[in-house]
Amino acid sequence: MTEFFQQLINGLSLGAIYALLALGYTMVYGILRFINFAHADVFMVGSFVGYYAARHIPAGTIWGGLIVLLVAMIACAVLGMAIERFAYRPLRGAPTLNVLITAIGMSLLLEYGVQLLFGSTPRNFPAVFPSSQVQLGDLTVSSNQLIVIGVAAVLLGGLQRIVFHTRLGAAMRAVSLNPRAAQLVGINLNTVIAFTFALGSALAGAGGVLYALNYPSIDPFMGVMPGLKAFVAAILGGIGNLPGAALGALILGGAETVVGGSAYSTYKDAIAFGLLIVIMLFRPAGLLGRFTAEKV
Amino acid sequence: MPSSFRKLAPLLLSITGLLLLTGCGPKNGAEPDTIKIGNYAAITGKDGTFGDSSTKATRLAIDEINAAGGVLGKQIQLVVEDTQSKPGEAATVAKKLITRDRVVALIGEVTSSRSLEGAGVAQAFKTPMLTPSATNPAVTATGDYIFRACFIDPFQGAVLATFAKDKLNVRRAALLTSTSSAYSTGLGDVFREQFRRDGGEIVSDQKFAEGDKDFKAQLTAIKASNPEVLFVPAYYTEVALIARQARELGITVPLLGGDGWEAPELLEIAGDAMEGCYYSTHYSAESPDPKIQAFVKKYRDRFDNRTPDGMAALGYDAAYIMVDAIRRAGSTEPEKIRAALAATQAFDGVTGRIDMDKDRNASKPAAILTIINGKFTYVETVAP
Repeated sequence: MTEFFQQLINGLSLGAIYALLALGYTMVYGILRFINFAHADVFMVGSFVGYYAARHIPAGTIWGGLIVLLVAMIACAVLGMAIERFAYRPLRGAPTLNVLITAIGMSLLLEYGVQLLFGSTPRNFPAVFPSSQVQLGDLTVSSNQLIVIGVAAVLLGGLQRIVFHTRLGAAMRAVSLNPRAAQLVGINLNTVIAFTFALGSALAGAGGVLYALNYPSIDPFMGVMPGLKAFVAAILGGIGNLPGAALGALILGGAETVVGGSAYSTYKDAIAFGLLIVIMLFRPAGLLGRFTAEKV
Repeated sequence: MPSSFRKLAPLLLSITGLLLLTGCGPKNGAEPDTIKIGNYAAITGKDGTFGDSSTKATRLAIDEINAAGGVLGKQIQLVVEDTQSKPGEAATVAKKLITRDRVVALIGEVTSSRSLEGAGVAQAFKTPMLTPSATNPAVTATGDYIFRACFIDPFQGAVLATFAKDKLNVRRAALLTSTSSAYSTGLGDVFREQFRRDGGEIVSDQKFAEGDKDFKAQLTAIKASNPEVLFVPAYYTEVALIARQARELGITVPLLGGDGWEAPELLEIAGDAMEGCYYSTHYSAESPDPKIQAFVKKYRDRFDNRTPDGMAALGYDAAYIMVDAIRRAGSTEPEKIRAALAATQAFDGVTGRIDMDKDRNASKPAAILTIINGKFTYVETVAP
């Protein structure tokens, strides 16, 4: 039983990171109806920014850690807006396929650009937060896992607030429902889309730092697998749906961890993804897709 | 379209002709005045320190040989290619070295999976290949042109299993192996078999894939099985993450592994999580042997005081074994170099006496090291 709860905590902290990443996919899809494949690489850039920011703060303090997190989020928000401005905006109105291919190109550009600048040798991510082991009865939880879960919960709560309780959030929902009608009532499409990219990329940046904190070896291709899984999580939850993306991410993280700890650990990814296929067979729109009115 | 093609056809033909001509250039020219040896290894990427160390040492050896007059009256030119730790890249660069650079022999790759890729190419082109450090038996089984300068996993795995039973006095071992690395699965299989034969019990047998970063699920299952030692035959990047996560989950038993741990980065990434762990490798830089100390000094002088690891020692030996074979062959014909390599006997290298057996594997001792106070420390040497 202890083992089961331990795995549950492992799955939760993994799922929390997938959730931060999945929200970016789902928000962009909700507004522009295309998959931003460069998103996983924004996540990678986030951890690299964190790596360099960590050199300038005292290691192992809560405030230092939060500053690193904030710097990575801001840098990624700027990067996300720049990607949208220079790569995607010129293609607005073009067939979705064109934008999709541009997104793949953007993804490769970021991966190999970072490799060119920083090399492909994995780097050791410093311990920016104080780290210790917490004993909860028989369970051993690392402080990093708690930080991941805590930060993810706060960010998701903040996102929910922005989307449902601010004017800009209302504008995002309006654009998601009908871009043309939104423009007719005076919503500036460019601002809303740029804001969506900034928001999603900031979450990815935070995810990158948290991921590197838990698995402290970063390289230019570290985003590929988490990105793929977060993308699937977004679809599982119903693409375009915010709570759905978070739910899908937690299910995926949980499934991966439970299978990974069983006798079938070789088939960890195969079983996790197989489970998704089964769910998609019965609910093609995703777990929460279509049935919630609000789509962002 | 057809008419424009007709217009373009002469141009295309002439370009093709030009390419063919330049391609044939070196062949028609005079006998080259250098002997080219290809060196391909992962110098960057996940396993980057392996190739970095071995290539540096190979270059050091070749420079020494050239300074002493080269071989067969010619200087040696080392052509270096990086496989970037990527699957698929080894075959590509091996083919490039053989067909474009026209090397007479290959030294590389440093890991087993990528050596298997390169070996297929080298065998097909009948170019002798000597891998410094690939320990999986299948590598040299590829064909009669493939050799190695190190011991093989059946030996290494047995040494480790015996060490666990006799020196660590443990009976319950857990295994964590990578399914996508020939090295890891091969070494894991040997250990499992030998450990059981000696009366030990494998209490947990978990798997992961190359490039994984989250091992908490497997480690949680391992912790529940309550082992006395955790055997992790993997490469240093993963081992470091595994060690950290194991300690975070409260697993305190020592980790045990093979020569894939051999890299200073292991301790950089893992921090103090590796304290008290053991692994087997090809030599110890601490050995008082004058031959080893001379090599350590030369390497440190040349490469900003970095202490040469096992991969460096093997890269150094591989270069000397290869040149020795070319000298004995008296020619750069592949078949003659192959025969001379196969006849290597009582070669006195930095990593010990090397005898090429009939399966083209070097038979030689293994050293066991441990990590104390953040330093690799020599424990013992096990002869074959």
